[in-house]
Amino acid sequence: MPPAVGGGLAGSELRPRRGRCGSQAARAVGPDVATEATTRSPKRPAPSSRRFEAPGRWALLALVTLMSFATRFHRLDQPPHICWDETHFGKMGSYYINRTFFFDVHPPLGKMLIGLAGHLTGYDGTFLFQKPGDEYEHHSYLGMRGFCAFLGALLIPFAYLTVLELSQSLPAALLTAALLTFDTGCLTLSQYILLDPILMFFIMAAMLSMVKYNSYANRPFSAPWWLWLSLTGVNLAGALGVKFVGLFIILQVGWNTVSDLWHLFGDLSLSMVTVGKHLTARILCLIVLPLALYTATYAVHFMVLNKSGPGDGFFSSAFQARLSGNNLHNASIPEHLAYGSVITVKSARMAVGYLHSHGHLYPEGIGARQQQVTTYLHKDYNNLWIIKKHNTNSDPLDPSLPVEFVKHGDVIRLEHKETSRNLHSHYHEAPLTRKHYQVTGYGINGTGDSNDFWRIEVVNRKFGNRIKVLRSRIRLIHLVTGCVLGSSGKVLPKWGWEQLEVTCTPYLKETLNSIWNVEDHINPKLPNISLDVLQPSFPEIMLEAHMVMIRGNNGLKPKDNEFTSKPWHWPINYQGLRFSGINDTDFRVYLLGNPVVWWLNLLSIALYLLSGSIFAVALQRGARLPAEVEGLSQVLLQGGGQLLLGWMMHYFPFFLMGRILYFHHYFPAMLFSSMLTGLLWDTLLRLCAWSLASFSLAGHVHTLGILSLLLGIAYSFYLFHPLAYGMVGPLAQDPRSPMAGLRWLESWDF
Amino acid sequence: MLGFLQRPVVVTADINLNVVALTAVGLLSRLWQLAYPRAVVFDEVYYGQYISFYMKRIFFLDGSGPPFGHMLLALGGYLGGFDGNFLWNRIGAEYSTNVPVWSLRLLPALAGALSVPMAYQIVWELGFSHCAAVGAALLILIENALITQSRLMLLESALIFFNLLAVLSYLKFSNSQKHGPFSPSWWFWLILTGVACACAVGIKYVGVFTYLLVLGVAAVHAWHLIGDQTLSNVRVLCHLLARAVALLVIPVLVYLLFFYVHLLLLCRSGPHDQIMSSAFQASLEGGLARITQGQPLEVAYGSQVTLKNAFGQPVPCWLHSHQSTYPVIYENGRGSSHQQQVTCYPFKDVNNWWIVKDPGRHQLVVNNPPRPVRHGDIVQLAHGMTTRLLNTHDVAAPLSPHSQEVSCYIDYNVSMPAQNLWRLDIVNRESDTDVWKTIVSEVRFVHVNTSAVLKLSGAPLPDWGFRQLEVVGEQLSRGYHGSTVWSVEEHRYGRSQEQKERELELHSPTQTDVSRNLSFMARFSELQWRMLTVRSDDSEHKYSSTPLDWVMLDTNIAYWLHPRTSAQIHLLGNIVIWASASLATLVYALLFIWYLFRRRRRVCDLPEDCWLRWALAGALCAGGWAVNYVPFFMMEKTLFLYHYLPALTFQILLLPVVLEHVSDHLCRYGALAATPPWGYGSRGVLNGDSSVMQMGLGSQARLCRGSEDEANEGCRERKVADVHGRWGRPFGPGEHQEQREGQGNMGRDPEQPVVRGRTAWCMAEINQEAL
Repeated sequence: MPPAVGGGLAGSELRPRRGRCGSQAARAVGPDVATEATTRSPKRPAPSSRRFEAPGRWALLALVTLMSFATRFHRLDQPPHICWDETHFGKMGSYYINRTFFFDVHPPLGKMLIGLAGHLTGYDGTFLFQKPGDEYEHHSYLGMRGFCAFLGALLIPFAYLTVLELSQSLPAALLTAALLTFDTGCLTLSQYILLDPILMFFIMAAMLSMVKYNSYANRPFSAPWWLWLSLTGVNLAGALGVKFVGLFIILQVGWNTVSDLWHLFGDLSLSMVTVGKHLTARILCLIVLPLALYTATYAVHFMVLNKSGPGDGFFSSAFQARLSGNNLHNASIPEHLAYGSVITVKSARMAVGYLHSHGHLYPEGIGARQQQVTTYLHKDYNNLWIIKKHNTNSDPLDPSLPVEFVKHGDVIRLEHKETSRNLHSHYHEAPLTRKHYQVTGYGINGTGDSNDFWRIEVVNRKFGNRIKVLRSRIRLIHLVTGCVLGSSGKVLPKWGWEQLEVTCTPYLKETLNSIWNVEDHINPKLPNISLDVLQPSFPEIMLEAHMVMIRGNNGLKPKDNEFTSKPWHWPINYQGLRFSGINDTDFRVYLLGNPVVWWLNLLSIALYLLSGSIFAVALQRGARLPAEVEGLSQVLLQGGGQLLLGWMMHYFPFFLMGRILYFHHYFPAMLFSSMLTGLLWDTLLRLCAWSLASFSLAGHVHTLGILSLLLGIAYSFYLFHPLAYGMVGPLAQDPRSPMAGLRWLESWDF
Repeated sequence: MLGFLQRPVVVTADINLNVVALTAVGLLSRLWQLAYPRAVVFDEVYYGQYISFYMKRIFFLDGSGPPFGHMLLALGGYLGGFDGNFLWNRIGAEYSTNVPVWSLRLLPALAGALSVPMAYQIVWELGFSHCAAVGAALLILIENALITQSRLMLLESALIFFNLLAVLSYLKFSNSQKHGPFSPSWWFWLILTGVACACAVGIKYVGVFTYLLVLGVAAVHAWHLIGDQTLSNVRVLCHLLARAVALLVIPVLVYLLFFYVHLLLLCRSGPHDQIMSSAFQASLEGGLARITQGQPLEVAYGSQVTLKNAFGQPVPCWLHSHQSTYPVIYENGRGSSHQQQVTCYPFKDVNNWWIVKDPGRHQLVVNNPPRPVRHGDIVQLAHGMTTRLLNTHDVAAPLSPHSQEVSCYIDYNVSMPAQNLWRLDIVNRESDTDVWKTIVSEVRFVHVNTSAVLKLSGAPLPDWGFRQLEVVGEQLSRGYHGSTVWSVEEHRYGRSQEQKERELELHSPTQTDVSRNLSFMARFSELQWRMLTVRSDDSEHKYSSTPLDWVMLDTNIAYWLHPRTSAQIHLLGNIVIWASASLATLVYALLFIWYLFRRRRRVCDLPEDCWLRWALAGALCAGGWAVNYVPFFMMEKTLFLYHYLPALTFQILLLPVVLEHVSDHLCRYGALAATPPWGYGSRGVLNGDSSVMQMGLGSQARLCRGSEDEANEGCRERKVADVHGRWGRPFGPGEHQEQREGQGNMGRDPEQPVVRGRTAWCMAEINQEAL
């Protein structure tokens, strides 16, 4: 089945162009025609061999696809325990099957697909995925691994077709396919339940469809043109839907589209109406369609996950009301705050919790010795506060008095329900954040002083001046000192029960630290309404989910004194990642690129920059190149340029990222780098053959060069394959190990 | 040779009185009452400390920027005879009489004042009118945020000065490219560009953005130069080499020079020594050098050493042990080995001494001759005061349960054998037989049994560990990380056989003599690295703001407040200038896109040379604004309004440029819509066709004509003529101009019909192309 899919794509599209690349096709299949073809420019047709090329191409593509599937599916079931991040993504797949709400820093599509694959192949979501190394036992995990391996295997035919389209040369495409097939890193990363094979699949598919639709530039608005254009859009949505780094391929496609449009715009033979049509088509297919699909994945995500689960706490109270099993679900509480209401106040910042106080005092030497006020993550009676008027002590719940709602700008007093002390602040420094003021509980039975008065302000006043449960974002401003009640997010020492510090900050900037909302609300005098009316709308949910994800991503900071992977490590294959096993008795899998492939890639980038700039300068100087060289230089500059751009787009942004980075982040860039290598060596060898044309053996230079590269890569894979397929026995430092001679860098620890 | 005898020596001075006048008012505005207030204003409290350090020649480390800016301020202090004796501790504190306030503030003020005539020059060199140039200078002159910032001991005005200087000298250079490449003035401006860029980067790292902009513009120009086929290959190569040397090599050298002078000046040890490596500290007078002077260089078996961790985070500290043991059960219920604690201690202490022991022998003294320890040797480390051996084993460390506990071994007879052999791994070795050297060598200790590495985890231990820092054995043998690397700081050859004697010896200071000198490059790279990685506690500030607040001046900074009279200094811009400059940027962007799109469809609104001028002005002014503004969105440090001033300066330069363009091209076009003012063929210019195409015949007759190399000059000379005409000089360039005009007219192809409509011409051109 899989080869047929790949073949189908290629077959339908390659037929109209077969005349162009016939010579190369024939040469790669049968070396006997090679001599005749070397002197030919890559763009010149070779009508004589047309009869053989179509089956030859098909066979070659089928072979490439077969190799790719064979390597990816070989020993897929090994090891039968959780490897590395399978513990996260497998678990998240289970969450989808169980429909429990969770939080992750990546968008949902990849994990939904994993969940779907598991569901379809009979996994019931009961395995706990606790930690790497846990045995799967009777649980069906092969479906999920197989799905990832399937997508990972498709990368290779995709890369093959992309390079074929860009260079019009079969040897280049073949070399690329070999580089990727025989790269242990790509292989390892494709064999487990991870997001990366899914992400790379969408990236490569987007690249392929972009290149394809570029090749139909001479037949705009034809059916295949529309097909490839919209496929590009679909795949962009997929890439972004799996991980946010999908943004890089969007940037690349965007850049390609803009330059394409700019080219069309400068073509005076096209009327403005036609240019407008082009623009509209691209907006539709590359902006509207991906956005719609991306939004749709979130719609599915929120529809599927409707049960309360481990992710609730990351989201706002209003959001949690959607989840069945959460205590806010189907609850009914009074809608607007009135004097006398008993409330809990929650910080708008993630993972800070509820405003809290308890019957313990600040210790000696830390501000005034008054009752502690903190924030606390869990529900507790000590989180309850009563809203009172600042100037009267009469009980507002007295039925004879009319209900009076709290409004924006009112001056209030917050009385702690359990201890009857007022929320209080004064000019003492806060316990941890020395520039802020201390917040305490003060007074006896609700009688305190003017330092207990707070002005309540609503930040988002679209619900009117009243304060709406869950939805109103409020700030509490201390009347006497003018500071704002906020949580610093710092953990208090043991005397504060390791709860979080609450301060009054003199800096009036609106930050999430100083914004609160009202969550629970009890007031017998008011009618209850169902929380359903307060539920956020879908766009609000989307926005909130993204804010939480971005904050989560930024929160992934490396700690001090920790070994972390740096972007400059990656292209030189400096250090791998342990997927499974540490000791010599374990079944060990080590994610490390095939060093031959990676170092060849590195060399090729340098070579490309060199040869590319030589050609560019020569053209700029107006040098007249022979037709053959002219054609090759076009391939090098345009096709290679796109691939180089892809590599840069997927690599350099990591230097600017503050979050913690891992080796596997480099793999999308590595795909582009390998395609560039394939294209470059083919072109260089052709140039070599051309410049040596006067010698009798010159024609073989290209063939021999490609063949030796292919064989070298295959041999290096034979050497390094235990890294991916697993190894048992002594570690490589040990001279008895079969891998002992292969530890070429000290930093590799397999 | 004796020409001066035959002809009189004549000096012709061409003085632009406008520049003189602008300089004068610039100086007046920046220098007037410069010494007021005689009190510490805002960040003077911060830079002042460093001035004092320079005056006292004490080493310091400031992560906020390279040293050139600080040195400039210190130069003012040096000129004013400041002795550095002032306690910079509080904003608003009155200066004592020994502080030469005027001369300290002089250099920033001069830089601010000179920015005014430079603004004039830049707009003029960009090819815009005298009027626009004066306008730009006046706007810079009266912008009160710039005035405020220039009149204090702060660095922004110097940064702006060098930014402008870099742009100006590049413009001068590229304008002289047409007349006389490789002439002295060409070289002068080219090299000045590089030097000014280096100075800007040397003041603050953000100067690098302007440098990159200039490099970008230079690269585009160089690319056009490569495409110029009238030049020979050798000549193109010479051009490129000259640019590479002046814009890449010279800035690097100048930047290094700043550090060279900086390190030359600061030769005494001071409060920031601790952050630097031992080797660096030893190169300063006093401090560590006093202790380490005369230590033996090679560590031998029996050496007594203190081991400093190379990472320096969270604080620099030394490997330490003491009598106390790990608690049997930790608070969280996990157990320990109950052996003697090993920690990292940030203070000098007698318990920091360790003795390097040969596992095969019992003695703890150095043989005669000493046997040096080499890379790869197996050693034991004995704690000096307790003589227990450094040990690690498969017990979880107290705070980092994934790592191994490190202890000094106590034999409790509980089937927990001693595992106290360590393999010495010299990280910065040159060969595999290198000897372990004091201060210079960076070593790792790899545990022989478990291949764990001795590492500082950095977590402070609870009360039982006296809040010292945790040291662990980490299983990962891979990679280099500062926290696993140690260096010997204090060192002497142990002589005492007996423990009592030895304790006495440990308490006494080290002696004997070896001096150590680090090369400049080693000191530079260490200092630069530390400056980039030193962490500033990014505390919130009352007047901090976000980049979005800056454009519309939504924020301010109170710089100073007189305690009694309530006299104040606020950093606040002129809202009219800020808003109109922002508007000008917007207008520029819209117009630029409009022209660009129309040109793409071969509708030529602007003559070629005017378009090039317009694009270059945008690249430098709007580009200068963008590169100095946008990166702040990605910075995580605390930001203030004054960070926007370099960007603002470029934006202000754009304002008169846009105004002139609008009045010259758009307004006029609107008024004369009935008779289109000029039809002009860009095509001819692009072809380099020297025969003339259509010429503008609007009532104002702005002439842009001729071949490509003449085009720019034409506009400029025309304008010079205008200026001189207005100033009543009916001779000089004006005449020349008319002559040329005549030539131009003669050169016109009589066959070609003069098409006066822009659209008509473009249609004609399209038809031509179609043919």
